[in-house]
Amino acid sequence: MTLAVWAPLLLPLLAAPLARRLAEQLAPRAAALVLAATAAALGAATLASLGLLAVTGLLHLPYGAALAHLSPAHWHPGRLSDPEWAPTAVLAATALLAVGALAARAARHQYADLRRARAATGDAPAGLRALVRRPGPAAPALTVLTDDRADAYALPGRPPRIVATTGMLAALTGPERAALLAHERAHLSGRHHLLLAATEYAAACHPALRPLRPALGYHLERWADERAAAEVGDRALTARAIGRAALAAARAPAPAPARSPRLAATAGPVPRRVRALLAAPAHPHHALRAFAALALAGCLTATTCATAEAGHDFHRAVETAQGDPTG
Amino acid sequence: MTDTPARRPAGELEAQVLAALWAADRPLTPQQVQQAVTADLARTTVATILARLHEKGTVARTKAGRAFAYTPTVQDADGLAARRMRTELERGRDRSTVLARFVSDLSDEDERLLRDLLGEQP
Repeated sequence: MTLAVWAPLLLPLLAAPLARRLAEQLAPRAAALVLAATAAALGAATLASLGLLAVTGLLHLPYGAALAHLSPAHWHPGRLSDPEWAPTAVLAATALLAVGALAARAARHQYADLRRARAATGDAPAGLRALVRRPGPAAPALTVLTDDRADAYALPGRPPRIVATTGMLAALTGPERAALLAHERAHLSGRHHLLLAATEYAAACHPALRPLRPALGYHLERWADERAAAEVGDRALTARAIGRAALAAARAPAPAPARSPRLAATAGPVPRRVRALLAAPAHPHHALRAFAALALAGCLTATTCATAEAGHDFHRAVETAQGDPTG
Repeated sequence: MTDTPARRPAGELEAQVLAALWAADRPLTPQQVQQAVTADLARTTVATILARLHEKGTVARTKAGRAFAYTPTVQDADGLAARRMRTELERGRDRSTVLARFVSDLSDEDERLLRDLLGEQP
């Protein structure tokens, strides 16, 4: 388990940019699924590698070895010498603790947001099962909050709700409101919050996976935009609804949200969404798409094989040290 | 999936009618609702939806000439929901991704670009 155990920690550096490149060449739904699946697979492999490194180190300790009935003389899990194992295992264990802390913080944050949003609609907080389960066939109810500031979002759970402020509804025309409602319905029926949550936790496992979060967020919005455009049967109308809603939200009279210091050279997600709806469907760059898809598939296969290999090596090393004759 | 307006679940139309009532700053008659929704809805469909919303207590109605005029009711009598919402919104940028918002914040450049795309005057 020398190289195999390190590969899942290094491959995300290559795979995450590839996944983003590939997503740009795919339709929104496929792009979102590729990004979420890549994040989940690489995050899980990172966890497995860190876990193996930490446990291998732990078994070098007399107490750990005794617990697993290992004979220390036969415990040679890799090419690293015994003194080299200590810092490696300590680093891996520290990384695992950091991952745990980040994941716990993300979970607390998400739960607090959901609880606050549920309190605003007067519901009891939704349980975990309600968040995971597929929503029923009935259209989600619209909940209106009296607030001049324009805001709207999909609130997953039970009952699923579309929440909009009076400020948002007043800023749009009737057909634009229909596009807004169709957009939020697409988020809820597609359970987009689960993809976002999976990517959020994966980002806690490996810093290289963090850029996948905003990328996934963008493609999920595009997915819902396209569903809304198909439902109202008018792409330009849907584009106008998004644009006017964003301008209304930016005009918010109350405490101005801190403007993100984004570089002017790249357009933010809202103008890109509007442009994507107004423009004719872009022709994908076939060669680039094929290359990115192959390279990403290679990275994910290598990660999976390396994780399996590292697990297998670990198992064999343990059996050898336990004096198992088949080992 | 064939999404003709007539085949859509009733809840979708209910949401559209309710949104139109909230967007208006005065009570609306079924005819005015029909114009505000502009989803090729028959007047009778609008009337049915309004009656259902009234039954649920989601809207209140007053006599306006020969027809009824409808206004949405604030379900929380003390305006509690609105106050809670304010605190929720004020947390501003410190949001998790769990609530998919319709639109994200704009930079100044985004705003200019957007007005360009929509053909609007700044």
